[in-house]
Amino acid sequence: MATEEMDGGRALIRALEQEGVDVMFGLPGGAILPVYDPIIDSSIRHVLVRHEQGAGHMAEGYAHATGRPGVAMVTSGPAATNIVTPLCDAYLDSVPMVVVTGQVPYAAIGTDAFQECDTTGITQSITKHNFLVTEAQDIPRTIKEAFHIATTGRPGPVLVDIPKDIVDPVNPRSAMTWTDDVEMDLPGYHPQTAVDLDLIAAAADLMRAAERPVLYVGGGILKARAADALRALAELTGIGVVTTLMARGAFPDSHELCLGMPGMHGNYTAVTAMQESDLLITLGARFDDRVTGKLDGFAPEAKIIHVDIDPAELGKVRRPDVAIQGDVRVAIEALVDELSGNGTGDADRSAWRSRISGWQERYPLAYEPWVPGDPLKPQFVIERLRDATPDDTIVASGVGQHQMWASQYWTFDHPYTWINSGGLGTMGFSIPAAIGAKVAFPDREVWAIDGDGCFQMTAQELVTATVENIPIKVALLNNSYLGMVRQWQEMFYDERYSEVFLSPDVPDFKMWAESMGCVGIRVDDPDEVDVAIAKANEIDDRPVVIDFRVAASEKVFPMVPSGATNSELMVPGFQEGQPR
Amino acid sequence: MNVHEPEHRYHTLVVTVENKSGVLARVASLFARRAFNIESLAVAPTDDEDMSRITVVVDLESAPLDQIVKQLDKLVNVVEIRELAPGHSVERELMLVTVTAEPDRRDEIVEHLDRAGGKVLSLGTDRMMLSLVGPPRRVDDFEDLLREYGIIELQRTGRVALPSLDDALD
Repeated sequence: MATEEMDGGRALIRALEQEGVDVMFGLPGGAILPVYDPIIDSSIRHVLVRHEQGAGHMAEGYAHATGRPGVAMVTSGPAATNIVTPLCDAYLDSVPMVVVTGQVPYAAIGTDAFQECDTTGITQSITKHNFLVTEAQDIPRTIKEAFHIATTGRPGPVLVDIPKDIVDPVNPRSAMTWTDDVEMDLPGYHPQTAVDLDLIAAAADLMRAAERPVLYVGGGILKARAADALRALAELTGIGVVTTLMARGAFPDSHELCLGMPGMHGNYTAVTAMQESDLLITLGARFDDRVTGKLDGFAPEAKIIHVDIDPAELGKVRRPDVAIQGDVRVAIEALVDELSGNGTGDADRSAWRSRISGWQERYPLAYEPWVPGDPLKPQFVIERLRDATPDDTIVASGVGQHQMWASQYWTFDHPYTWINSGGLGTMGFSIPAAIGAKVAFPDREVWAIDGDGCFQMTAQELVTATVENIPIKVALLNNSYLGMVRQWQEMFYDERYSEVFLSPDVPDFKMWAESMGCVGIRVDDPDEVDVAIAKANEIDDRPVVIDFRVAASEKVFPMVPSGATNSELMVPGFQEGQPR
Repeated sequence: MNVHEPEHRYHTLVVTVENKSGVLARVASLFARRAFNIESLAVAPTDDEDMSRITVVVDLESAPLDQIVKQLDKLVNVVEIRELAPGHSVERELMLVTVTAEPDRRDEIVEHLDRAGGKVLSLGTDRMMLSLVGPPRRVDDFEDLLREYGIIELQRTGRVALPSLDDALD
């Protein structure tokens, strides 16, 4: 067995290398300083961010795009608190991520030392697990455990807090012996991936008998690399698929069985098909309140099959008729085996299929067409961008109206092409997340679709993108408002607009982009849209920001008002009055 | 993990956790974050020095038992959870209490104490310190009884529990 005497800082970097880390996002500071020295000699690329929140979202973007854990490293105190938001974001969206934070020397913990905060205490409820390492010798094992926990079972963020003295070579407490084979010690962690075949058979029976079944699929499909298995199941059974906000791309939008996105801003067919269904085959989804609307009135006639790797999701919100714990890909493959072997049943679904196609015909996703004199339509911008970019373009979105329009009007035909903040709803997510994805896939087009409110929260990371040569592109849908809040105030607060107007002129986004080393383009009219996108597509050596000045009055439809059932879905004015 | 169908409002969970710093905080933080109510909680080392045992009585009006158990089980430091259904476990709690006891009422108090199975720990001029170990219900009743004499100070441990022998043999 090879052993080597070294210090905890070098051991930390070597342990990260052994986990296969090729890039990490971070920003150094006092407590983590000793670990930054061995980075100079490491094979790991370090991307120097301008704010620690950026490091966390970049790691998330990297993880969303690749399925591999994203890694961020920052110092103690304010740096640790700055990365709290990405940790919570990753927790709610089950993103595998490992965050290393510096901490004051072990002996100083609890003394309110400079840049001390209780990082593990603060992050306890927003990480899958966290560690405070107290001995240099424990560093390699802890890193191994952190990656194991982050990437197995239901993925999630893991934080490792490292006191300075155990990584600082001048401190004797940093001395340790490296050995190549460290063993994990996690007696309480045993994620279960296998599925119970009796329950698979019971689920298959429900599927055979159902006359109005819907496959309700969530982000778990992507986490489990189960998109191909899902497609096989849908095609074998002919059952339509709704893809939640976290699952866009898990099933091709262009597929005839794709019903689109359900939920508060889902399309009419997806929402209504779930609502009228007699069987929801729920795969890696969690009955989020944005999907169910008022829970009491959600899919009242539906039986529920629920497959989830996390047993606590089964029955948390809606009581399942068949609850299957395990890896969703294993479950789907078992269902395909069972249904191919014993038949898919002979339930008559012709009436259901014709109702679905009726909804699709009467209530397509649509917006009021532009007429001369109107300001630019944000939906139109997304459609043009969609049509002018390659099929495998990765789209990262912020949070708000632009996020919903992007999800609605983009055509996601490939998994891992849509990256957004679904659970936490973190404004400012898109630019750093796009950077993380572009670092992972430098040869693919990566567009951030952002709003002007979001942009002003994390735009400084475009400096990172320029300096580190990560040429992402940003489509800024700028309506000078916190648009989603404005929409609620218009619809539910009698048009009393409170603190939602930003400014049409300040900042000047084009100048701001240029000052950060990006190409800045401003677009006011529809006929400039294609030209601007074409120009952006030609640029590959620096980031591009297109400031699309779009209509402030445009609202996201359909919409289920907060507190209403999904049967009360509001459609745009010109679709009202049609038979439902 | 053995989850009985809840028939009573309070259930006792015996949670074996790794004996590491911060584990109690993780359990408490989980209960707070998920809005689960704790009725009582006791922590102590076990015969295995790497493990501690948390005996927690949960209020099923705040959340279903199944959800509490599953969320607890997700904590990486939680190694095992046993659910002790009422009627299938032996539960005990210790109460220390200082009660007002003028000389003319002492006999009366001691009589109650004997009946409950408690002990006199020390005597003052106008007060007594008593202890009682018993099933939580009996401790509740004795506490009520003492109230009329005037409780000066009272401390209960929260309950600890083990499965009853018949169940343990299953």
